[in-house]
Amino acid sequence: MKEERKLYTLLVYSENVAGILNQVTAVFTRRQVNIESLNVSASSIPGVHKYTITAWSSDEDQIVKIVRQIEKKIDVVKANYFTDDQLFIRESGLYKLATDKLLGNPEISRTIRRFDAHIIEVNPTYTIVMKHGITEGIIDLFRALDAFGCVLQYTRSGRIAVTRGMQEQVSEFLEEREKNG
Amino acid sequence: MRALQAEGVKTIFGYPGGSIMPVYDALYDYTRGEKKCFDHILVRHEQGATHAAEGYARVSGKVGVALVTSGPGVTNTLTGIADAMLDSTPIVVIAGQVPISALGTDAFQEVDLVGVSQPISKWSYQIRRAEDVAWAVSRAFYIARTGRPGPVVLDFAKNAQVEEIDYNPQKVDFIRSYVPYPKLEKEAVCQAAELINNAKKPLALVGQGVELGNAQNELKAFLEKADIPAGRTMLGLSALPSNHPLNVGMLGMHGNYAVNLKEQECDVLIAIGMRFSDRVTGNLKTYAKQAKIIHLDIDRSEIDKNVKTDVAVVADCKESLPAITALLNKNSHQEWRDSFKPLDEQERVKVIEPAIHPKEGPLLMGEVVNAVAEQAPDNAILVTDVGQNQLFATRYFKYHHKRSICTSGGLGTMGYGMPAAIGASFAAPERTVCCFMGDGGFQMCIEELGTIMEQKAPVKMIVMNNHYLGNVRQWQDMFWLRRKSFTKMMNPDYSHIAEGYGIPYAVVTDRKDLAAAVEKMLHSDGPFILECAIKEEDNVLPMTPPGMDVDKMMLEI
Repeated sequence: MKEERKLYTLLVYSENVAGILNQVTAVFTRRQVNIESLNVSASSIPGVHKYTITAWSSDEDQIVKIVRQIEKKIDVVKANYFTDDQLFIRESGLYKLATDKLLGNPEISRTIRRFDAHIIEVNPTYTIVMKHGITEGIIDLFRALDAFGCVLQYTRSGRIAVTRGMQEQVSEFLEEREKNG
Repeated sequence: MRALQAEGVKTIFGYPGGSIMPVYDALYDYTRGEKKCFDHILVRHEQGATHAAEGYARVSGKVGVALVTSGPGVTNTLTGIADAMLDSTPIVVIAGQVPISALGTDAFQEVDLVGVSQPISKWSYQIRRAEDVAWAVSRAFYIARTGRPGPVVLDFAKNAQVEEIDYNPQKVDFIRSYVPYPKLEKEAVCQAAELINNAKKPLALVGQGVELGNAQNELKAFLEKADIPAGRTMLGLSALPSNHPLNVGMLGMHGNYAVNLKEQECDVLIAIGMRFSDRVTGNLKTYAKQAKIIHLDIDRSEIDKNVKTDVAVVADCKESLPAITALLNKNSHQEWRDSFKPLDEQERVKVIEPAIHPKEGPLLMGEVVNAVAEQAPDNAILVTDVGQNQLFATRYFKYHHKRSICTSGGLGTMGYGMPAAIGASFAAPERTVCCFMGDGGFQMCIEELGTIMEQKAPVKMIVMNNHYLGNVRQWQDMFWLRRKSFTKMMNPDYSHIAEGYGIPYAVVTDRKDLAAAVEKMLHSDGPFILECAIKEEDNVLPMTPPGMDVDKMMLEI
């Protein structure tokens, strides 16, 4: 029985050692699941890095297996998966627009405002627009701007996310480990 | 050296080379004279070092060690590392590496070892500074032997080998991100016990996890209390003695007939330290659908990986088995156990008797294995290569003691047999090591005859020569319209090979000479090669064709 295709967000915490990213992505490759986006940064816990990974799947079991395989890596502290309703999510989009086209068509400025995006740099050649939000909004703005033929470059960041839950599982896990270790 | 000593290492299988010379130079002092604390076994190819380390680990329960140089030295070990990964065998491979100043420059014999070994090892680490040696070695052994064991790779940069520092002993026995022994969950134990207590037709599947957890006695107590018949996986064969009344044989594609059919009839299936390999389950869509599944495993990622479980008990089976046993009612399932017997009888008449007691025609593999099993001492260790020799040997050998089998189950590595047997003979010099090989696998690591010669390793090698890569040939006959594509093989004169290495040799072509030849082999000191001229086109039966339902197992083709 196939489920509906869903976007899953994996939050992976690892020790800050070389080569973990390779190991994490290899688990996806082996199971033939594409990574949609990936963000890596230091977490609030000293020495621990946080990976925010999104991937589409129509099979939750598949995602569970991937999470367990990732968590099995020696230097991975914790791995969990979430759906969008369990998270606060942000992504960013950057749009490099041709300034002459922007000035030539007031509809473009209105679109930027309507999407709640900001202009962060203007010079005679190009204008940089930035938008924070969720995937759909950022892509919609691109499509709208692209329709005006003014986009020189466009890029969307990986997702960052924090959980909505009340428990801080990773810090609690580490505390528990240190206590018994 | 002192870090290795601190880990209790006694035997090292290795091969020197440029980037590991400083370690070898230090080893010189530690293998002779008053400082002697290691035996170093010089193999003839680095793949042999890893398989020997595997054989050593499998039999001794300790971590096997391989020491090799960088570049080709270590790429030659990759097969052994992958093999150890799939079969949960604790080995540590220590490899030389170019100095860190040369890393990434395509220096002579440089290879990105961490990169290539990460997907096939439990942990892979580059030692870049001498200060890290003690810590990394201790961590490597801790990771290799704990939890679900596996291979660890240390990529030892040459500069770190030559830098001199004071040895500061380290003992790693805690890694905060690594939980080798998950905490037993009481609720799961209760649920498992309840299912088993209510079962009318329980069936246990015993895997290597029982051996790795040293829980052979706990297993017996568990099975005996609730009177549960048990099949064993190929790697779990010696976890329960062959003659135990609750043993119902081997699982899998070429396992025993009754237990394969009964997997489709039992009401509760209890998997203990096994991973539902495709060679065991056949078609997953139909596998044991009628049964409640209980899965005991130390590795959480095995749960629901292939077969969906009803109750998962994630813990060391040394701990989980007694916990469940304590809650079991004493029970008898005589009628259920008796229902195996007519099927066993069918297999005995149609398959086993013709295989081990043929009346005419050329020698068969089954009878050779049986002849060795009948005469071998109870403490004998079975080592096999891969292919028909492995399937016949594992089927017809008898297991009396724990840790009595070395075979490449997961990776199916031809060439594994001979070097693994060398490792086994060093792990247990007092036990008889019987190594069954086909003519294909024998030639795949044949260079290790040099190691056997030099070490006088008392390995009894039985070469079952049918001039074919028999297992592939069987599949070609069954599934590929008898098109025998490159499976017939021209072989050397093995008597000359044996003579060249100075290893005693005998050949059996006639059935009436078999028992005497086996006796001669088993009573000889040191190594022996017994070549048996086997029927060219024999088939391993019974067989479940790949991907088929396990109850479609065929007794004849």
